Formats: sequence, C-alpha cells, structure tokens
Amino acid sequence: MDKIVPTPSTGIIPERDLGKPAVLEAMHLGIDFGGLTAVDDFTITVAPTEICGLIGPNGAGKTTVFNLLTNVYQPTRGSILLQGRPTQGKSVYEVNKMGIARTFQNVRLFKDMTVEENVLVGLHNEMNYSVFSAFTKMPKYFKQERAAHNKAMELLSIFDMESMASSRAGSLPYGAQRRLEILRALATDPCIILLDEPAAGMNPNETEALMQNIKKIRDTFKIAIMLIEHDMNLVMGICEGIAVLNYGKIIAKGTPAQIKSNPQVIEAYLGNRGESDA
Amino acid sequence: MKTRKNLPLIVKYLIVAAVYALFLLAGNLLIKNKVIGLYYTKVLMVVAINMILAVSLNIGTGYLGQLPLGSAGFMAVGAYASAIFMRKVPIDPKLIFPVGIILGGLVSGLFGLIIGLPALRLKGDYLAIITLGFAEIIRIVILNIDKALGITLTYGAANLKNIPKTTTFTNAFIWVFIACFLIKAMMNSRHGRAILSIRDNEIAAESCGINLTFYKTMAFVVYAFFTGVGGALYAGYLGILNPSGFGFAKSIDILVIVVLGGMGSMTGSVISSAVLTIVPELLRAFSDYRMIVYSLLLIIVMIFRPTGLMGTKEFNPRGIMDFFMGRKKRKEER
Amino acid sequence: MSTLSLIIKQIINALQLGSIFALIALGYSMVYGIIRLLNFAHCDIIMVGAYISWYFMTNFANMPYLAVAAAIFGCTLLGVAIEKVAYTPLRGSPRISLLITAIGVSYLLENTAQLWLGAAAKSVPPFFKVTTLSFMGLSVSTTSVVTIAVVTVSMTALTLLVQKTKMGRAMRAVSEDSQTAQLMGTNINATISFTFAIGSALAGIGSVLYCCAYNQASPTMGSMLGLKAFVAAVLGGIGSIPGAIVGGFVIGLTEVFVSSIGLSTWKDAVVFLILIIVLLVKPTGLLGKQVNEKV
Repeated sequence: MDKIVPTPSTGIIPERDLGKPAVLEAMHLGIDFGGLTAVDDFTITVAPTEICGLIGPNGAGKTTVFNLLTNVYQPTRGSILLQGRPTQGKSVYEVNKMGIARTFQNVRLFKDMTVEENVLVGLHNEMNYSVFSAFTKMPKYFKQERAAHNKAMELLSIFDMESMASSRAGSLPYGAQRRLEILRALATDPCIILLDEPAAGMNPNETEALMQNIKKIRDTFKIAIMLIEHDMNLVMGICEGIAVLNYGKIIAKGTPAQIKSNPQVIEAYLGNRGESDA
Repeated sequence: MKTRKNLPLIVKYLIVAAVYALFLLAGNLLIKNKVIGLYYTKVLMVVAINMILAVSLNIGTGYLGQLPLGSAGFMAVGAYASAIFMRKVPIDPKLIFPVGIILGGLVSGLFGLIIGLPALRLKGDYLAIITLGFAEIIRIVILNIDKALGITLTYGAANLKNIPKTTTFTNAFIWVFIACFLIKAMMNSRHGRAILSIRDNEIAAESCGINLTFYKTMAFVVYAFFTGVGGALYAGYLGILNPSGFGFAKSIDILVIVVLGGMGSMTGSVISSAVLTIVPELLRAFSDYRMIVYSLLLIIVMIFRPTGLMGTKEFNPRGIMDFFMGRKKRKEER
Repeated sequence: MSTLSLIIKQIINALQLGSIFALIALGYSMVYGIIRLLNFAHCDIIMVGAYISWYFMTNFANMPYLAVAAAIFGCTLLGVAIEKVAYTPLRGSPRISLLITAIGVSYLLENTAQLWLGAAAKSVPPFFKVTTLSFMGLSVSTTSVVTIAVVTVSMTALTLLVQKTKMGRAMRAVSEDSQTAQLMGTNINATISFTFAIGSALAGIGSVLYCCAYNQASPTMGSMLGLKAFVAAVLGGIGSIPGAIVGGFVIGLTEVFVSSIGLSTWKDAVVFLILIIVLLVKPTGLLGKQVNEKV
C-alpha cells in the first residue's frame, strides 16, 4: 500500500493521488428530520483512488450519509462536489450519471430479472439508442446490445459469475447477491462507489475474498471506494483513510493506525451498550 | 448453455411472419367458406381486440408493476377519436382505416401522457383509484361535452352512429401482431429493462441511473397508445358508440384477463383473452347461468392458481421443441 | 322558502347522503386496513342487505325491526362467509389475486341476484311512516333525522370498539403489522373475521338506510354506491376511521351541491376530480398516514 500523507484540510491522502483533484468533497453536510439532527457538519474529501471507510456504532448515521451523498435525501445544510461539480438539486439518477454508484445495506436487486439483466440495467446509460430504434430493431440497437452483453459478461467475470448469467437474481445465494449488487453499481461507470456493509452476512473466507476483490476493483477501474462496515478486520485491512461517526458527527478521521489508538473512538464503541464487534 | 446454433434473427422473423400470415390466410379461407359463421367471425374480432387491450394493460401491471384501472377511458378516447375522424373524412373508409387507428392510438397516448404525469406520482392502490377516476371523468365528459359546448361531436348519450364498420378479422389480427411485436421489442431493449427494474426495486433502479418519471410515463403512454388502438378497432367493429359502454366494468374485464393469464406474461394475456372471450360464448347454451359460471371460474382459478395460468412464463418454441425431442430440459427458474 | 332555509335543507340532505357513504366507506376502510384488499364485494353485500329488507318488509310489513335485524345479521354472516371461503385461502398470495377474487365474488353476488330475483328493481315498503318535521320554519323529513342519528350512534360505537376494547386493540395491531401481532399472541384469523363482521354489519345498516331513502333494491344498486363509498374511503385516507367519515361527508356535500346548481350530470366527474386533486396534494388521503420507505 502507498504511503499515506496528510493534506492541508486535516484529511489524509494516498501518496499516489497527491496533486490530483478530489473525486468527492462533502462540506459541512447536515440533515434534520423534523427537528432531530441525524447528521451534522459532515466534511470529507475522497481522493481519486482511495479506499476509505466510514465506521461508527449502530444508529450513528452512516447510511444517512450515503443517502445524502447520493441525493436520496436532500441535505439541510452543506454542499457536495462530485468531481468538482455540485450535486445540489439533482435527482438520484442524475447524481448517478455524474459518477456516484452505491449498494444497499439490505440488498436491493431486481429479483425477478436475470443476473445479466441486473448488470444490463446498470449499463443503461452506456447505451443511447432510442425507443424508436428498439421498436424498429435498427442496427444501432443490435450493436449496442451486443456491446452491452459483452461488457456485462466481462463485469460478471470479476467475481466469476458468468455461469450464473441467466439465473434469476432472487434465486442466488446471499453472498452472490451482494457481489452482484456491487457489479451492478460498477456497471454504471462510476468514479466513486459507496458500499453499504458489503461483508454483512458473509463468513470469514468470503470476507477475505471480498477484501481482495475490493482492491482488485479499485486497481482495475481506478475508482474511489467508500464503505460502511462493521467488520473491523476488513476496514483496518483495506481502508487507507477512515472516518468515525457517532451521533451524526465525525469524531475522528485518520489512518487505520491512528483510529485504532484514538481514545474517543474506543469510548464511542466500548462505552456504547456492548457494541462487541469493535 | 449456448451449444446450439441460434438461427439468424432475420430468418426467425421470416418464419414467425410466415406462420402468422398462414394463420391469417387460413382464418380468411374458413370465413369465406362459411366454416366460421358470421357470429363466430365477430367473436374472433372481439378476441383480437381484447388481446390488444390485454397485452397493453400488461405493460402497466405486469411490466411496470402498477395497477392502472383506466383501460376503459383510453379505449373510449381511441374509439371516439378514430370514429369521429372516420365519419368526417370523405375517403374510402377501408383505405383510411389504418390512419384512423393510429390517430386513435395517438390521441389516447396523448391522454396517457397528460394523465400519467400526475397519476404516476402515486403507487399501488392509489394509482389504481386515480386512473379509475380519470377514466370515469373521460366517460362523463364524452357524455356531456356536446350539451355543454353546444356542438355535435360525440352525440353524448344519443349514440355516435354510422361509423364505418371497417374492422375485419384480418386487420384486427394484424394489429394484434403489431402490438405484440412492438411491445416485445420494447421489453427486450434497455428501455424495457428500465421498466422492469422499476417494478422490481424503484430505489435501486433510480440509483442505477434510471429516470423513474420518464420510464413510468413511457410505459403508461405505450399502454394508453395500444389501448387506444384497441378502442379504434372496437369502434370499427361496433359501428355505433355510447359512453355507457366504457364504464369502470370494462377496465375490470381487461384486468381480469391480464391477471388470469399471468401478469408479466404476454403469452398469458393472449391466451386468456381468447379463453375468456370464447368461453362465455360457448356457455350461451346456459345463458342464464353463464355469468355465474364465469364468476365462479374466476374465484376458483385465483384460489388454485393465484399467479394466473402462465405465471410470468412466456411461450417459447424452443421449449416445446425440447419437450418433444426429449432434450434435456433447461433449468427452470423459480 | 328563503334562500337560507333552502341552503340548510340542502346541507341536511348532504349530511344524510354523506352519512350513508361514510357508513359504507368504513367497511371498505376497515377491510383495507387489515388485509390491504379493496373489497369489491362490499358493495354487493349492501345489495343483499337491501333485498333482505325488501323480503321481510313485503312479507312481514308490521315488523320493521325484524327486517332491520335480519338485514344486519344477513350481511354480517355473508361478509364473514365470503372472507372464509374466498379470501382466507389466498392469504399470502399476490394482492392482485385477492383483488380479482373479490371482483369474482362481486360478479357472483350480482348475477345470482339477477337470476333469482330478476333485473328489475324491487320496491321496498317504508320502514316507518315518513313525516316532515317543522322546526323554526325549516322542514326536515324524519328519514334524514333517523339516518343521521343512526350513523352518529354507529360511528361512536365503532370508535369506542376500536379504541377501548381488547378486540379493537387486536384489530389495530393486526393492521399495523400482522406478523408481529401474531407473535404477540393475537389470533389473526379471528381478528380478520371480526373486522369483516363489523364492516359487513355496517353495510347492513347502510342498506337499511339506503332503502329508507330510496325505497328500492336492484341487483346493480351496489356498484355506483360502492364506488362512491370507496372513493370516500380513499379521499379520507383509507384505513382510517375518521377519514372514512370525513370522506363520506365531503362526497355527500359535493354531490348535493353540484346537483343543486343544476349540473347533476357532472356530479360524478366532480367527485372524481376532487379525489384526484386531494390525492395529488396529499397522496394518502385527507387523514391518511404517510408511509416512507426506508432506504
């Protein structure tokens, strides 16, 4: 792993990304739900090929952060820049087109579609033939569909899932569903991908494989990855920068080593009704 | 999986077109030689119209996963638009009928756009009731508009008469083919997949870059268009229109066809249109008990086969070939 | 008659019509609340109730109470029977299958009535001698007074039942989350049947009141009445008891108002227009609860 160096904005950055513009900058994000502040003053900068972790006890607001970053919720305060462009006021699908993709805590696949079709939905905006071309079966339709099929198979091969291409997505085992969800997000050609508890429900072997795969994805696609995870082995093993969230606020940012020894973090986890997985 | 060579697409299309042309020819021959009498020719026309209405409603229910109950309204729009056009244009109605049908579809599609944009903000049962409301409003407007504006357009409750009876066995079934082909083509494209993904998981679809409003509206407009086409054929079949024929019960009838066939299965919609149109006719011998038998059948089929006759499966010639030639059956999903 | 007294008379008419709608809307609302089914057969239960009233009033004209009791009891029994035979086997099936079954039951009842009793409307003798009460220059028919009173009493009783009794608590629990309710020891089947019984009993009362107001019973009388009541339920917020009452009155007022300004042919269109506007502004109806999907 590259050396991690501090940035002027109190953040940290892998050395290889030095001098490159950040892929995602969230500044002082906050959201209130009917008077209750769920997330407050959330500021983070993600480097172009960084793997960063977002951890914190249950209910700390991690998934809410993801929902803010993808515009599922419009933030009450603060702003987001995605590759330098503001995402304010954009709808969820537009933000996706701007380069942010995600997975969900409780897997959200298109259950009644096949595995390949799931990935093809991700490739939707890769193609641009019109409804009319589809109706009349123009050469453009065939050309783009064939290209999309090949691309989908290529993506499926990352997790060795080509053989399942025509299975119904809902019939896959849980681990495979999680992997498919990652592939579907990748298919939308993002510059940053948000993984919400990718290792949930996986056994140690699967988790180990997942760690390798996350790195592989970063290296192949040269994208940033931000993940929420409770499995500390995974987080400490692959994340270059980590932000710790508690009660909707960032209480610590730093390298895995710094986070491990941060007294506030330890208190947040251990002083919290037996959060045993810390 | 792909061990067998696929036939080139164009050959496949030619085979399908040839088989269908043969079917149309055979039908025409039987009608000409009075093997199929006038009465049953009419029944077959209704079968074709119901097929178009069902496959288009299936876009809304089976593919988009919503429950639009506005078929009667869009049908009325298509029927009246095309009937008024056919009455006003002094050209041989047989020649101009395709234009009338497409016009019916387009006007209905336009209504679909106007209604769909607000209505599709709602989901499930609320969408059902709001589309039902729009359909009822359409019917009442058609009923009263002449009196309100002092014009003679729809003739309200007094029947719109003398519509050229241009619907035939052949052109009705050609439109069945066109509707099925185009809907199938749409569903096998990125646009169709976008619609299906919205059905399966709206939130995930949007986060994959699918414009929900656009695709929901598109599905709804295509549904309205083909329902309008069905309505136009219906006008050309009846020759006389009255708004009372487009009540809420008509929408329900089409919904019943789609659900009984299996939502999301175009084949199911086609088969069940035929069955549910022909069976009541065969039951005419028991005329009094006909509707009772029909409603009992409905309840029984739903209790014993809640996903409809075909589920979401489609008819697939290869599946049948596999079955007869004893090839290893492909793994069934679900 | 002065304009003011005319207006008051119309308002009383609207209240009478609205309370019948509200009573029927409650049946839709309760059933929807508990099993998420648009019970299309509900309107035909009213039709059956009206025929029972007709039968007893023509044969035992001097015993109106018997007719009322029979109509309510008959409707209750029918409602529960439909639930047991047609809906229980489909619990856990797609909701649309349940909907189609309900449509099937509705067709069955309508066509059976038509076959058995003919398509023509039967005239139901009046339950009591209708007189006109005069009060401060206003004249109000006893039917209106009785209808409004009966509906008020029924609503109060229902609200108490749902809010204060053990069964009412079970009903609320099952409609909120049937699985959890089951884990907490609620007998789901009994609760659902009970809900159908109450909803159908209200339909029975509604049918008697309908017969008082319009003096007739026909096989298809339920369909438009049912559709309007259903619209009332959705307008007020389906699944909500006060919502059904509010919805019923809104529809009653609208109909009477539109008719009184001479646009009676447009009244259904106006009713649906109001429904559409309300749903677009507040997608779950006037008093419905907003449910947000958690991401």
